[in-house]
Amino acid sequence: MSEQINKQPGQSMHGIGAVFARLRRSPLAMLGLAAVIALVLIAVFADYIAPYGYAAQDLMSAFEPPSANHWFGTDEFGRDLFSRIIYGSRISLQVGFIAVGIAVFAGGFLGAVSGYYGGRLDNLIMRGMDILLSIPSILLAIAIAASLGPGLFNLMIAVGISSTPNYARIVRGSVLSIRNQEFVEAAKAVGSSDLRIILKHIIPNCMAPIIVQSTLGVAIAILTAAGLSFIGLGIQPPVPEWGAMLSGGREYIRDYAYMTIFPGLAIMISILALNFLGDGLRDALDPKLKQ
Amino acid sequence: MLKYITRRILFLLPILIGVSFIVFTLLYLTPGDPARMVLGDQATEEAVREFRDKEGLNDPFLVQYGRYVYKAVQGDIGRSYMTRLPVAREIMNAFPYTVKLALFSMLIAIVLGIPFGIISAIKQYSLFDSVMMIFAMVGLSMPVFWLGILLILFFSVHLRWLPSSGFNTIAAMILPSVTLAAQSIAIVTRMTRSSMLEVVRQDYIRTVRAKGQKESVVIWRHALGNALIPVVTVVGLQFGNLLGGAVLTESIFSIPGVGRLMVDAIKMRDYPLVQGGVLFIAVAFSLVNLLVDLLYAWLDPRIKAQYR
Repeated sequence: MSEQINKQPGQSMHGIGAVFARLRRSPLAMLGLAAVIALVLIAVFADYIAPYGYAAQDLMSAFEPPSANHWFGTDEFGRDLFSRIIYGSRISLQVGFIAVGIAVFAGGFLGAVSGYYGGRLDNLIMRGMDILLSIPSILLAIAIAASLGPGLFNLMIAVGISSTPNYARIVRGSVLSIRNQEFVEAAKAVGSSDLRIILKHIIPNCMAPIIVQSTLGVAIAILTAAGLSFIGLGIQPPVPEWGAMLSGGREYIRDYAYMTIFPGLAIMISILALNFLGDGLRDALDPKLKQ
Repeated sequence: MLKYITRRILFLLPILIGVSFIVFTLLYLTPGDPARMVLGDQATEEAVREFRDKEGLNDPFLVQYGRYVYKAVQGDIGRSYMTRLPVAREIMNAFPYTVKLALFSMLIAIVLGIPFGIISAIKQYSLFDSVMMIFAMVGLSMPVFWLGILLILFFSVHLRWLPSSGFNTIAAMILPSVTLAAQSIAIVTRMTRSSMLEVVRQDYIRTVRAKGQKESVVIWRHALGNALIPVVTVVGLQFGNLLGGAVLTESIFSIPGVGRLMVDAIKMRDYPLVQGGVLFIAVAFSLVNLLVDLLYAWLDPRIKAQYR
């Protein structure tokens, strides 16, 4: 049913420079890009930015409200929340990027094979995807996360698999729209193998919708992962995952509200940045939509 | 049309078999012995063994799955390990809460999202438009569980206006519905705006304007009908998402709906309940999607023509 909206004609990118030039015209997209870069830098240099270790306990200074020593205050074990949020960026970015990587790889492969070969194989794969899509993705992620058990890697797989069908649909739609174009026929005529045609000619020509979907997908993956950790199916303490921190702070919400406010703010700012960037990329990659 | 509906309903069958197989496999692989979870750490080895025998947990995977399907076809989807009540009844007790929550949220999203989207489109690039679009982005980026906690913090803890849990009074329904609706409001607003912008650029609108029609009639009578068609799809898809998103909202506000039932059941390894719950949600989700497709065809004669 969503095919009507998802089906986008395959567009080529007309050069990364041109795309970036168009992207630069949107201030919100640039803001998003800057924030995403900042986030990546924070994650990479967390050891130098964070004033304390993420698991360093100091029971004497538990439940301290935000101050000059502890910018975001401390939790019930006296751990510095600012440091934990800085380190938490590593977890969230890892989960976001790797989960989407899994989904793009699996979904891209299934979608490309489905769209390129068509027929029975297409039917089989896409009906399988329909089955997965008929379970709300958060519920599917919960079920997978529960069966794999807690942990960072399992969380990535759960979030990745639960969003695979979306990518399969998008890629299949794009492949269908370019499968019969002349340059593909030309490649067939000179005797290129199917694998070569898919990898060299078809995939590069349906990159635009994949890039847009993955940028927004990283945001969704981070949200889903935080949600799973929030209900206790994701990452276990003392790993500083934002969703788990939020869930931990919930017990003390009446007296120490800052414990839930800062991790939530970190999640929201990251998602906001990725969404701004994703929206900007969509407009930049598909100039037809923006007149 | 009837042929199309029949085909779609028949297609539910393979979906159900597929969903039940996937969930069954996932549960089979889940670490943790349900017998231990149900009977507790104090239970004797013998009691555990007896429980596993009685529930058929020692049988091979395919035998267990086959038995489940065989019984399910006859309308028996088992009993909860924890409460010993039939799964169907457990779900039916919880379902009204989830449906009410999803419907209220949907209503809020439609009532706010569509007008916001229309005004944003009419006044494109105005201050209202910019503010709305940024609000919509923030709404999209807000984790549901965080928004819920903030609302509790402000309206229940700080102002003491609204209860922080439960779902039985109108007052108790406000916070959960708003929490769950936030994302949908944002999505409906954005969709209405972009669809409206697309429609007002079409030739027939130019014709209406050229014959001197008032702008309000142009928008409300000529543009809105066509602009709302894609919005219907989005609203329908949102309803499915709301059923799923209710999982988190229900656990924050302690609402005894299907979502919380599922999470508790997964934690307690209550296999029959998880199995039945996921199946139930998948059916509800598919039926809503079918309904949306039919509504879509009814609204847009161009699509209706394809279904013949």
